[in-house]
Amino acid sequence: MLRLRNRTKSRSFLYELNKNKTLFIMLIPVLIVLIINNYLPMFGVILAFKDFKMSSGNFVTSLFSSEWVGFKNFEFFLNTSYGFSVTRNTILFNGLFIVLTLVTAVPTAIMLNELKSRKLAKFYQTAMFLPQFMSWVVVSFLAFAFFSVDTGFINKFIVEPLGFEGIQWYSEPKYWLYILPLVTIWKTLGFNTIIYFAGISGIDTELYEAAVIDGANKWKQAIHITVPLLTPLMIILTLLSIGRIFFADFGLFFQVTQNSGALYPVTLVIDTYVFNALRVMGDPSMSTAVGLYQGVVGLVLVLGSNLIVKKINKDHVLF
Amino acid sequence: MTSIAKKKSNIQNQISSPTNILFHLIFVIFVAFCLAPLILIFMVSITNESTLSTNGYSFFPKAFSLQAYQYIFRDTQQIIRSYGVSLFITIAGTFLSVFIIALYAYVISRKGFKYRGFFSFLVFFTMLFNGGLVPTFMIYSNVLGWSDTLFILIFPLLVSPMYVIIMKTFFSSSIPDSLVEAAKIDGAGEWRIFFSIILRLSTPALATIGLFNTLHYWNDWFTALLYITDEKLIPLQFLLYRVQSTLEYLIQISSQSGQGAMTIADLPGQSARMALCIVTIGPVILAFPFFQKYFVKGLTIGAIKG
Repeated sequence: MLRLRNRTKSRSFLYELNKNKTLFIMLIPVLIVLIINNYLPMFGVILAFKDFKMSSGNFVTSLFSSEWVGFKNFEFFLNTSYGFSVTRNTILFNGLFIVLTLVTAVPTAIMLNELKSRKLAKFYQTAMFLPQFMSWVVVSFLAFAFFSVDTGFINKFIVEPLGFEGIQWYSEPKYWLYILPLVTIWKTLGFNTIIYFAGISGIDTELYEAAVIDGANKWKQAIHITVPLLTPLMIILTLLSIGRIFFADFGLFFQVTQNSGALYPVTLVIDTYVFNALRVMGDPSMSTAVGLYQGVVGLVLVLGSNLIVKKINKDHVLF
Repeated sequence: MTSIAKKKSNIQNQISSPTNILFHLIFVIFVAFCLAPLILIFMVSITNESTLSTNGYSFFPKAFSLQAYQYIFRDTQQIIRSYGVSLFITIAGTFLSVFIIALYAYVISRKGFKYRGFFSFLVFFTMLFNGGLVPTFMIYSNVLGWSDTLFILIFPLLVSPMYVIIMKTFFSSSIPDSLVEAAKIDGAGEWRIFFSIILRLSTPALATIGLFNTLHYWNDWFTALLYITDEKLIPLQFLLYRVQSTLEYLIQISSQSGQGAMTIADLPGQSARMALCIVTIGPVILAFPFFQKYFVKGLTIGAIKG
């Protein structure tokens, strides 16, 4: 019975394949990219359970001849002080970014919406959006122009004229607790403002007209109409970011800090740790294990946050 | 009548003038905050090198010089070369990417296609889970041996799942199935339908995805960081990164190009760095005002609709 069903199933696939041959051909280019770029590497995660040694042959044969070590790579990572600190750094920075985004972008969007001059509003929006388009390498140059020890703007024009000695920005971790959030806000404020601005534009204007008749001033309208109606969007975007809290922005933590070892206690996150473990320490197995740890916890978080979003509002659900 | 009344109520319902001025003031500060770093590096790039070493990076330099620009365009071949690499991968990558994404998105948007659910999921799943950096790196560099080729700079960025989803949403919401059915009855083949109906009706979506891709390729340095060591294949952003990590790199490439006449002290190291940065972001800044609205549209769809 089961075999019969399987046969009709495979026959129907072949039938479909034959009928829509062209459509299947159209799928091929993207499928090739997905297989090489995404699906083959998924099998590569067995590297995490091996003690990988490059033997004389190629990667695949060395992979199979390498010794199985079970969860030793994971244990090693979690038992070093790094296991805790990079996880903490990743979650704390991302958490901070989520909160900062909310408290800056929402008020900015509301103010932008209230400006009398539409033309100037458009100009502000454009100027604030521009940083989003800079690559992290460029951002690291911009930051360097301010934080360079010998010639940077802050040391030369603020710190030294005040009579202090120039600050060693790239070797003092404590300052980066403020610098990295500042850079993030600089880069993303315009973009997040646009999203909330779009949300405000979607609010029915009759609500405000009714409020005016009831004698509500602008401040009251913002508190009692705009903010409550934006709340679902805020909750959803926040939940979606929480789903991604285990994934740091590699460019921010790698480029802007110039991957400076002295800053690692504060700025080393999972993504940069994985890169350094591969490139600097040359330990592919442990590096893969850390990547897999991130991937699995990340998956659980995404699924969890999506489940909650689904309960709140089905339209915004990721899947 | 009602429109006049509405207009009147709109005028009444405005913030007071002092508040308006306050808001403008806040936005002027925000805009200054956003643009200041760009202005600073521009000023540094046109500052005289010796002024930089004594006075530091200033918004109002005491002595100007265009030597840095002369230097990066005339005295080094590497920068022109890297510009070429970046232009090539951006143009080739963008066209290839938009084309194959459109093909795939079209098929999974067809309601009559039986396996659309499965193939949509195949794309979507890559957003949820991936093998991580190391296995991907091993596949490209050790199994396929694509390191140090132009192809590797294009291939990994070809398919972003988000773009496939945006494109699919566009096709299924703005191209009616009946159109495809009618074309079929008229005897048009699938390729013909795709090229002369679907692509023609989707210019806005193609433009949006195309612009995203352009920016994505132009700004990419990560792929080169992993796979490129050959100086001939260094894209601009990666060159910028290498210059950042070694100032001496500029000097080194200049001596390679046979310009031995300058001594190291004469070389506009710091201003040239910033000039290189300005040259890299130049095209983005120039194009940005014209294309901004497409980005806004695309980003809002991407972020809100998921």
